[in-house]
Amino acid sequence: MHRLLKARPGQKMLLLGNEAIARGAIEAGVAVATTYPGTPSSEISMNFFQISLETDLYFEYSTNEKVALEVAAASANCGVRSICVMKHVGLNVAADALLTLAYVGVKGGLVIVTADDPFMFSSQNEQDNRYYAKLAGLPLLEPSSAQEAKDMVAYAFDLSEKLQEPVIFRTTTRINHSTETVIPGDVQAPQPRGDYTKDPFNHVPIPAVARKLHARLLNRLKEAEEISETSAYNISTGNGRWGIVCNSVSYKYVVDAGTDLNMGGKTKILRIGFSHPLPKALLKDFLKGCEKVLVVEEGEPYMEEALKAFAQEEGLTLPIKGKSEELFSRLYEFNPAIVRQCLAAYFDVAYTSPAVPDLSDLPEIPQRPPTLCAGCSHRATFYVVKKAAEGMETICPTDIGCYTLGFLPPLSMGDFLICMGSSVGTSCGFSKVTDKKVIAFIGDSTFFHSGIPALINAVFNNHNFTLVILDNGITAMTGHQPNPGVDMKALNLEGYGHVSIEAIVRAAGVSQVAAIKPYRVKKSIAAVKEALNYKGVSVIISQEPCTLYAKSLKKLRGKPFFVGEKCKNHKNCINELACPAFFIQNKRVKIDPTLCVGCTVCAQICPEKAILPLKEKS
Amino acid sequence: MKITRLIIVAVGGQGNLLASKVIGEAALQSGVPVGMSEIHGMAQRGGVVESAIVFGDAQSNIIADGEADVVVGFEPLETLRALNKCNADTIVITSLAPLSPSTAITGSCPYPELKKLQAIIRAKTAKLIAFDAAALAAQTGNVLAVNMVLLGALIQTGTIPLTVDNVKTAITTISKQAFAASNLEAFELGFSAAKTSG
Repeated sequence: MHRLLKARPGQKMLLLGNEAIARGAIEAGVAVATTYPGTPSSEISMNFFQISLETDLYFEYSTNEKVALEVAAASANCGVRSICVMKHVGLNVAADALLTLAYVGVKGGLVIVTADDPFMFSSQNEQDNRYYAKLAGLPLLEPSSAQEAKDMVAYAFDLSEKLQEPVIFRTTTRINHSTETVIPGDVQAPQPRGDYTKDPFNHVPIPAVARKLHARLLNRLKEAEEISETSAYNISTGNGRWGIVCNSVSYKYVVDAGTDLNMGGKTKILRIGFSHPLPKALLKDFLKGCEKVLVVEEGEPYMEEALKAFAQEEGLTLPIKGKSEELFSRLYEFNPAIVRQCLAAYFDVAYTSPAVPDLSDLPEIPQRPPTLCAGCSHRATFYVVKKAAEGMETICPTDIGCYTLGFLPPLSMGDFLICMGSSVGTSCGFSKVTDKKVIAFIGDSTFFHSGIPALINAVFNNHNFTLVILDNGITAMTGHQPNPGVDMKALNLEGYGHVSIEAIVRAAGVSQVAAIKPYRVKKSIAAVKEALNYKGVSVIISQEPCTLYAKSLKKLRGKPFFVGEKCKNHKNCINELACPAFFIQNKRVKIDPTLCVGCTVCAQICPEKAILPLKEKS
Repeated sequence: MKITRLIIVAVGGQGNLLASKVIGEAALQSGVPVGMSEIHGMAQRGGVVESAIVFGDAQSNIIADGEADVVVGFEPLETLRALNKCNADTIVITSLAPLSPSTAITGSCPYPELKKLQAIIRAKTAKLIAFDAAALAAQTGNVLAVNMVLLGALIQTGTIPLTVDNVKTAITTISKQAFAASNLEAFELGFSAAKTSG
């Protein structure tokens, strides 16, 4: 039985924040869960996926976040408790659905989990998704710990049903990826079947209906504000004249800083967990009792600006600060030392920061960037395309996945990236206004996510570029989730369809389509050359399973290679491929047999044919 | 309860997260308050994995620069990189088996000499315990047991509020059955090595 199902109510256990969120939803009787995977949210859905194999929970990896939200919006409108999980930028994709879903509302509870990523540990930006709640007019909850995340998710379903609106549940990486003691609660039985009652004059937002629905949404927001005023998730502690308003993980840092700085008795803290609509009256009262206030929030000055507006309404002139050059930054994440320092500075408390050792005399420390795995098929594809494009001036828009790492030297294949699917759309623009050869890279899952409309655009508007689809048969970077191109039967999972990338590409009207096996270097180069010379939209589908995934399924068939005596130390292998299985010993290239998966690409490009299969020891 | 801050740094695939799990479980079972934070973004793609583990009465479970009481490095270069987490009172435990990053392999930036690396760490911290954990793991027949070797060394120092028995029980609970015996053996080897490598 799954660990989160086995958990006994009342019995302490260590849970990752993401496990706690999944458990909270299970406790609330969630019956439908949808997602598009993305760090730092991925473990939430990974747990739902595993749980769905043992229970009536319906779970799906949707093709993108917008679809995931639409699926959940419909099930929730049938009265079925539903959750939709995504990383912060996923909400941009789902925003079109979100902003009008707020008008249409829900019947059963719908919780939308958005996992923000301050510092961009694994993201392309660090946008603050609290503004989505404000933009859409939806309630917003933010936990400060794993325990609270579990409890709050369960509460979010009740709140959603009370307001008949989806609730946005916002975490940050440090909530998702912290492991803490959690006490599980009782599990409510899910109600997996729902019913839909037709109500077109509330569910079809043509202008006349939408005008009515917007007014209704504002009324619901008012009701939400009343709930926020007395919410147990807006916690007030202490009773001094110095005020601190904080949220999320910052609350922990504030509590610790207060202890470290001996500020007890002087400060009062208001931790906001129900952060849209903000509890206006509560905050105004708080301000009235303070000499000065510091707002501690990662990201944007979301609460700070609201507090300043509330102070203005009340004619209060006390200092309210948060983001400034001297205090908190809008950049990156906080830590206990930053918060301690800012508290000490703002409230003028004596404090000596710990002595960090002087590191100015350290030798240069080589960086350890993440790299494509040993034998990764993306490396082979990049090499092949690079060789085929030799002599051409190129622009290579790339996309989001492991293959983004191909932008690093020596492969250096990846020039431009904005968001999921942007490789295809931007290729249209690059090829229109320049004379360079445009070669785009996109992975299989990203192609399904948002590459297809742009490809259709390219055909319709007669653009001129080559799209390379890196089909490794899985959504690799986020931890090997399935996508519509994956043969689920091969994984012993029943009840799935299968979508052929090649059939889609052809159906979109692309006539120059070739599938390659990137480990066959010469043949692949020839096929890519043909595609590159084609005027119009050409597509290469490079098919080879993800090595890391194949390894986990024990499906790797290759045998390790070694560098034999014929080696003349040209180092083409290491300089052009930079596979992590290579290392240098006594100035000679060696291959680590525990890493080499026998992809044979280096053996094929070695001018001396010196790289040979390692004979198994008898 | 006194607050103890532990940082574990490793290269993706070295079993850092399992070591953290064992520590967390041991703390839970012995009633020691514990909070942990991990960054596992691109761990499996050869990047750096850092775990912060805070014992005692603290809310925060990340550790700012200069605030670690103990640093355990599964790879010497990563231990050196984590020096910013140390202060003059920090105890450092490191394996001496290097895993060269691609930048060192292709020669753009050389891997620092191990002797010099140790001298630097020694000069800036209270104590360095350094030995080849990979060789000890290999002795158990399980090259992946580097994490358990270093866990043994960590417990030997007595710097974190967990007992040998707590941790051994947690190793048995958490390890896959096939690895439990070799993991315990690795733990013992690391424990002994720490006594003599200080």
